[in-house]
Amino acid sequence: MLSVELAYWQQTLLRTVGVLAAVLLPAGALVQLFLFKAVSFMQSRLGPMEAGPHGSLQLFAEVGKWIQKEDIVPDRADARLFKLAPYLVVGTVLLVYLAIPFGPDAVFADLEGGIFYALAASSVSVIGVLIAGWASANKYSLLGGLRAAGQLIAYELPLVLAVMGVVIQAGTLNLQRIVTAQADGSIFGFGAIGLPFAITQIVGFVVFLIAMQAELTQTPFDMPVAESELVTGFMTEYSGMRFLLFFIGEFAAVGALSAVAATLFLGGWYFPGLDHDANYMNVLGPIILLAKILLLSFVVFWVRFTYPRFREDQLQKFAWTVLIPISLLNIVGTMILKVAF
Amino acid sequence: MPQPKGIGLVKGLGVTLKEMGRTMFPRQGVMKLVPSPTQGAVTVQYPHEKEAPAPRARGVIALKEENCTVCMLCARSCPDWCIYIEGHKEKAPPRRAGGKPRTVSALDRFDIDYALCMYCGICVEVCPFDALFWSPEYEYSELRIADLLHDKERLGEWMETVPDFEPYEAGSEAKPRKVPR
Amino acid sequence: MTVTESQKLAYVAGQAAEARVNLEIETEGMTLNLGPQHPATHGTLRIVAKLDGEQVVACEPIMGYMHRGYEKLTEVRTYPQVTTLVNRIDWLGHFANEVPFILAAETLMDIEAPPRAQWIRTIFFEMARIANITLFLGDMGVQLGALTPVFYAFRDREYVLNQMEAVTGGRFHPNFDRIGGLRDDLPKGWIADTKAVMDKVRNFCDVMEDLLVGNEIFDSRTRGIGVIPAEVALGFGLTGANLRASGVDWDLRRDQPVGLAWNEVDWKVWTHPDGDSFARYWVRLQETREAAHIIDQLLDNIPAGPVMAKVPRIIKVPEGEAWVSTENPLGEMGYYIVSKGDLGPFRCKIKSASFNNISVVPWVTRGVYVPDVITILASLYFILGDIDR
Repeated sequence: MLSVELAYWQQTLLRTVGVLAAVLLPAGALVQLFLFKAVSFMQSRLGPMEAGPHGSLQLFAEVGKWIQKEDIVPDRADARLFKLAPYLVVGTVLLVYLAIPFGPDAVFADLEGGIFYALAASSVSVIGVLIAGWASANKYSLLGGLRAAGQLIAYELPLVLAVMGVVIQAGTLNLQRIVTAQADGSIFGFGAIGLPFAITQIVGFVVFLIAMQAELTQTPFDMPVAESELVTGFMTEYSGMRFLLFFIGEFAAVGALSAVAATLFLGGWYFPGLDHDANYMNVLGPIILLAKILLLSFVVFWVRFTYPRFREDQLQKFAWTVLIPISLLNIVGTMILKVAF
Repeated sequence: MPQPKGIGLVKGLGVTLKEMGRTMFPRQGVMKLVPSPTQGAVTVQYPHEKEAPAPRARGVIALKEENCTVCMLCARSCPDWCIYIEGHKEKAPPRRAGGKPRTVSALDRFDIDYALCMYCGICVEVCPFDALFWSPEYEYSELRIADLLHDKERLGEWMETVPDFEPYEAGSEAKPRKVPR
Repeated sequence: MTVTESQKLAYVAGQAAEARVNLEIETEGMTLNLGPQHPATHGTLRIVAKLDGEQVVACEPIMGYMHRGYEKLTEVRTYPQVTTLVNRIDWLGHFANEVPFILAAETLMDIEAPPRAQWIRTIFFEMARIANITLFLGDMGVQLGALTPVFYAFRDREYVLNQMEAVTGGRFHPNFDRIGGLRDDLPKGWIADTKAVMDKVRNFCDVMEDLLVGNEIFDSRTRGIGVIPAEVALGFGLTGANLRASGVDWDLRRDQPVGLAWNEVDWKVWTHPDGDSFARYWVRLQETREAAHIIDQLLDNIPAGPVMAKVPRIIKVPEGEAWVSTENPLGEMGYYIVSKGDLGPFRCKIKSASFNNISVVPWVTRGVYVPDVITILASLYFILGDIDR
């Protein structure tokens, strides 16, 4: 434990600052690195180049631009709900980060049912999206909001079921102990790299990544925001600061779910060869986790900018007839193996 | 042909990843390890670096004032009538000593309104006395639309930027032309 | 594909029944305006869709937002001036718009362009086809949500446009065709450069095959979506790749010789029996390859000679009427010129392909979902300027 004793308000302040940093740093990093640059390279262009060397300050320029813009609420919109929605979306992402461990002691709240809490919190954002779609008084927004609701509910299930395998294998719902279980584990006696559950739970990992893509409404599952059909769906009427909040919410959620995935399947803040009880891991841990987040979110963006999108009914069919049976089989298999070994 | 599901998805990912590699690491040999996307990307960072347009590119029309005889052919053949010409007759000294004084047409006004121009090139084509030429210059945008009306001095300045005519491809019987300098 | 009458009826009944499913539980419908400013309409087409949930009950395209009155404008222009205007009808297949007009005027004047001019015309015609269709190949991806293909399309299309610019001076509006021939001849070294560009075009087609055609998601979004049987396609007057994708082997380049050089080279008309969105994409992809193949052959043996026939300095077209149409990138495009012996046409009727091609939209979109409307619109491939003229 940390040797310094802090008053309650000091702890609270520290946690608030910490959560904000934990949300904004990965979100900013992956927007700048992947959305602006890597994707541009995939399309054989350079991306932003003017703000700062190689456009490295573009993010600040964008934020500055959005903050300056006029705050427009459509005439027929339900103004109060319209204004509330973006905060709900961003707020839920902040809540997800609460449960994620960044080091042996660096954790905002060491919850006993941590993974259960993280997934539950992440799905609250659908309410924000639904409110945004409904309150905008726009047909595209309404269609987008309803699509988002249907989609997020359908993919919540495979997401949770994919996690079940990990939970069974680790024997705990606590994220911290899931990480240590991976660090202490061994593959048939070979313990040098620990036991990242991505190896034993490869099916669960793939299902989780697909469901995560859908949960984040990224292509090929981006029907709620489909620009070419619904003109960015539930975000159509938003501009300026509120759009920025949606934007932060979207990419912070990529970071958050990547963090959950990294914790569950890739060993979280632990890196093979390091001592997972040592105090220095409190500093090194967040960096390792950030690297893993970036790795996973690169896959998210890579897929996003390669594939066309599904249709709404195909998406539902895919979730209910492919992903859920597979993840159920995975759970059964994991249970049998768990009892056998 | 039937192929297992998922092959197409993996191939697609391969295409984008390959393109990213090509853009980030365009150099050869050991230097390949140094990322240099500014060389690999096909885009041109416009105000800093410029593309050279083809010599035949229709950028802006240049006027060689001495060659103009105020025949009005260009103004009449313009599809949107954006050329404004005024001229007057004046006496010029005879060509040979002792001859009669000649009457020549002098140009008072030759304006092209680039806000209207469709860049079709018919005026350049119909000019019988080689007074109009295409120049590939393209940087003459203005903040006020009225400033796009180029007068004969402005049009004359473009004359310096007119490139020489290119030689023709084999098998051509077109006559090679020259830019009067 | 031959569809029997009963199959056709079953198909129509099936679509209608599907559209009615939710009407029986009496949900309230919704009218959705796609456009006039909507990303899927690439221009100002307005689609009024009556929806039931996300299913389309009825769908009607409304056009005319971009009408520029070209038929009327041609009446107050001389013949050489008209080519400047008609460049802008199908702005992606620019050069192809000029050719039928010039051919019609040449027919009236009884002039024939020299062979070298005809070959270069054919080359540019096919380059315009590539410039037009490559954009479709990428744009279809955007409409389906894949953002990357369109960047590749713009990149590789630019090489073709650069080659056009090197000769004509204009990337978008070549205005290069003249009554009796061409304005100018090719510059030195152009043929070798163009061959290299054709390799890039072929490479682009391969990339699109990996990125979209082989992709299972693209497959599931386009196969069986917007099926137009051959009889229906003929009934609505569809032309071009949309007709060939319905299995009708019909190509004016082969079937209606107009003096251009297509008959001199070896090529193939591609058809697809399915008539769905995938077939339309696939046929266009093959046509792009075929166009590159045609250009390669034409480049190898351009005849020597002049590029301009003897024409009077002031062009007056003798009295008469002429209709010439060619197989443009979007379909059949033709000009009906009525001349009274003046400097300009007395009347000029322009038949453009997109107008007919979107007339099938109400028929084909009944009972489909909103995303499929986008797929169908994208796969029918219209250019707004070509619809409204």
